[in-house]
Amino acid sequence: MKKLLSIFAVVAFAFSAHAGTLDDVKNRGFLKCGVTTGLAGFAAPDDSGEWAGLDADMCRAVAVAVFGDRSKVEFITTTGKSRFPTLASGEVDMLARNTTWTISRDVNLGFEFVGVNFYDGQGFMVPSALGVSSATELDGATVCIQTGTTTELNLADFFRLNGISYEALPIETNDEGKENLFAGRCDVYTTDASGLSSTRAAASNPDKWVVLPEIISKEPLGPLVRHGDHQWGDVVRWSLNAMIIAEELGITSENVDAQTSSNVPEVLRLLGVEGNYGEMLELSNDWAYQIIKQIGNYSESYEANVGPDTPLEIARGLNALWTQGGILYAPPFR
Amino acid sequence: MRSNLGFFSDEKFRSIFFQTLVVGLFALGLFFVITTTSYNLEKRNIATGWSFLQNPAGFDISFSPFLEFKSTDTHLKVYFVGVLNTLLVSVTGCIAATILGFILGIVRLSSNWLLSRLVYIYVEFSRNVPLLLQIILWYSILIQLPRVKQSLQVLDVFYISNRGLYSPRPIFESGFSYVSIAIVLALISSFLINRWAKKRQDKTGQQFPVFSSSIGLIFIVPLILFFILGSPLSFEHPELKGFNFKGGLVIRPEFIAMFLALSIYTAAFISEIVRAGIMSVSKGQREASAAIGLKQTWIMRLIIIPQALRVIVPPLTSQYLNLTKNSSLGIAVGYADLVHGFGGISLNQTGQAIECMAIVMATYLSISLTISFFMNIYNRSIQFKEK
Repeated sequence: MKKLLSIFAVVAFAFSAHAGTLDDVKNRGFLKCGVTTGLAGFAAPDDSGEWAGLDADMCRAVAVAVFGDRSKVEFITTTGKSRFPTLASGEVDMLARNTTWTISRDVNLGFEFVGVNFYDGQGFMVPSALGVSSATELDGATVCIQTGTTTELNLADFFRLNGISYEALPIETNDEGKENLFAGRCDVYTTDASGLSSTRAAASNPDKWVVLPEIISKEPLGPLVRHGDHQWGDVVRWSLNAMIIAEELGITSENVDAQTSSNVPEVLRLLGVEGNYGEMLELSNDWAYQIIKQIGNYSESYEANVGPDTPLEIARGLNALWTQGGILYAPPFR
Repeated sequence: MRSNLGFFSDEKFRSIFFQTLVVGLFALGLFFVITTTSYNLEKRNIATGWSFLQNPAGFDISFSPFLEFKSTDTHLKVYFVGVLNTLLVSVTGCIAATILGFILGIVRLSSNWLLSRLVYIYVEFSRNVPLLLQIILWYSILIQLPRVKQSLQVLDVFYISNRGLYSPRPIFESGFSYVSIAIVLALISSFLINRWAKKRQDKTGQQFPVFSSSIGLIFIVPLILFFILGSPLSFEHPELKGFNFKGGLVIRPEFIAMFLALSIYTAAFISEIVRAGIMSVSKGQREASAAIGLKQTWIMRLIIIPQALRVIVPPLTSQYLNLTKNSSLGIAVGYADLVHGFGGISLNQTGQAIECMAIVMATYLSISLTISFFMNIYNRSIQFKEK
C-alpha cells in the first residue's frame, strides 16, 4: 500500500510540479500576468487596446527582466474572486491586481507577496447631491461592495464599530459597481481610494461624485506569486525594487544611457555595468537597465498612470519615496 | 463447441470479471483524484479541514428574510442563510412556473387562433434564449426603475423603486392566534367534508356544495372571529427615512429578477409538457364525456387532467429539479443564494474551495433527491389503479 501511495505521489508530482516558474516562463516565451477586469490607472486597455496602468507596468517590468522585451506578456483578467484560484492553479505566473497584502493570504492561501507597489486605503464615494460629508453619516445607506475582498470585511467592521447600519449590495466587478451606483441602486460605493478615483474619473460628470474623507483601512497593494518558488519570487520582487531604486538614484528612461557611465557605484551595479546581480537571478546582466529603459522608474510609471496629471489625480502621498515624506522604500542594491 | 479461452468463455465469470474491472478502475480513478488533490494542497501550503465553519464570517448579508445575520456570525450560518434563500426562490419559482405553465399549456390548445399563437411565440422565445440572459435582462429593467427618493407610490401603501417593492408589514397582536387556529380548524373540516361528500356521492349520487361550503368555513368564520376579537392586526408602513425606506416588508429587485426569470423560463417547458399530456388523452374520452352530458369545465377537471397527469408528472419533476439547480445563477445579479454566499464569498474569504464546493454540491444533491422523492410519491398516487 505504501509503495502504491508513493507511486501516486510521483504521478501526482509529474502532473503538478514545474521545474520552476522562471524556467516555465522562459520556455513558454512570454509571461502570463493576472490583472483586473479593468481599473483605469492600474490595469485597463487604453485607446489603442494596449493594457496600461501601474499594475500593467509591473507585469511588463517582469517581462522585460526575463526577456528584455516589454511586449512578451499576456494579460489575463481576473475578478476579485477568481484571482487566487487562477494563481494557485498555475494559469498565471504572477498577479499584479491591486491585491491587498494580508496575513491570511500570505500564510493560509499559500501565496507570497513580494512587495508593495501602491499604498492604498479604503474609502467611500457618494453622489454629491446626497450632501453627505462624512462616512459616519451613512446610517441606513445601501452600499455597493465587491465580494471576496478585504474591503468587504473592513466595511462590516467599520459600521459595527460606529454602531450604524447598512444594506450590502454584493457585486462582482468594478463595472457592476459603477452600473449600480450610477443607476442609484446603491447610495455608496466603497473600495480602495485609488479605485474610487478611477471610478469617478470614468463617470460622465465626475463633479457629481465625492470621495468622503474617511480612509478606514490600510490597503498595501502589491504583486504576488505562488509560495515556495523563491527564485521566481525574487525575480518579481527585484523587478519592483529596481524601479523604486531607480527613482531614488534619479535614473529615468531618458537619462539611463548616460547613467551607464556614472561614477556612483550603486547606479553601476543596478545597470549591470558592475557586478553579476543579473546572473544571481538567472537573468541577463542588463535586466534592470532594460526595465528602466523600456518602462521607466517608479515615479515615471506613477505619474503616467495615476498621478496628479492623469484623470485619477492621486497625489503621491504615502507613495512618495521615504526621502520625500512617503513610505516607499526598497532594500539596497548590493 | 468449447473455445480454447477456458473459463473466460463462461458467461457468469465474464460478467463478474468485467463488473469487477469497471468498479476497480473507478475506485482507482477516485483514489488518484483524492491523492493528487491532497498532495497538491499540501504542496501549496493550503490548509484543509472543517474548522473554518465555526469562524466568524466578517462580512454582512443583507438579503436574509428568515434568519437575522450579523458579520460576527459564523460561516456555518452563511451556509444556512444561503440554503434558505435558495429554497425561497426555488419553491416560489416552482409554484409560479407550475401555475403559469398549466394555464399556458391549456391556452396553447385553445381553438382561439390568436391566443394559441401568442403562447406559441412566448414558449419559443423563452425556452430558446439562455436563462442567464433573461435573468440579466430582468435585472437591468428593474434597476432602471425610479430611484428610491422618487419611488412610485401605488394605492398609498406600496412603493416601487430600484431598491425593490416596499409594502406594509402585518403585525399580529395577541388575539390573532385564535384566528390562526380557526383557519387551521376550518381547513381540516373542509378536507373532511370533501371526503364525506365524495363517499356520499359514490353511494347515493347526491352532490354536496363542497366548494362554497369550504370557502365559507375558511374565510367567513375566521373573519367573523377576527372582528369579534377587535381586529387584532395592524400594519407597519414603510417610511422614507434618510437613505432608504425603514420598516415594512421589502422584496428586492435581485429576488424579483430571479423569480421572474426562473418561473417564466421554466413555465415555457412546463406548458409544453402539459400540452403533450393533454394531447396524449385519446379524443374518444372527450367525446364520450361530452356524450353523457358533462360540462366543458368538468370534462377537463374530471376526465382529461387526471389522465394527462400520468404523462405530465415525471417530466414535471425534472423541470422542478432544473429550476432548483438553475437558481444557482443568482450570482449574476448578486442574489444571496447558496452558491453566491457560501460557495462564493465564504469560499473566497477563507480559501477553503474544496470544502465549500463539496458542501454546496452535497446540498444541491440533497434538495434534488428530496424533490424527486416527494414527486415520486405523488406520481404513484395518481397512477392508474387497477381494481
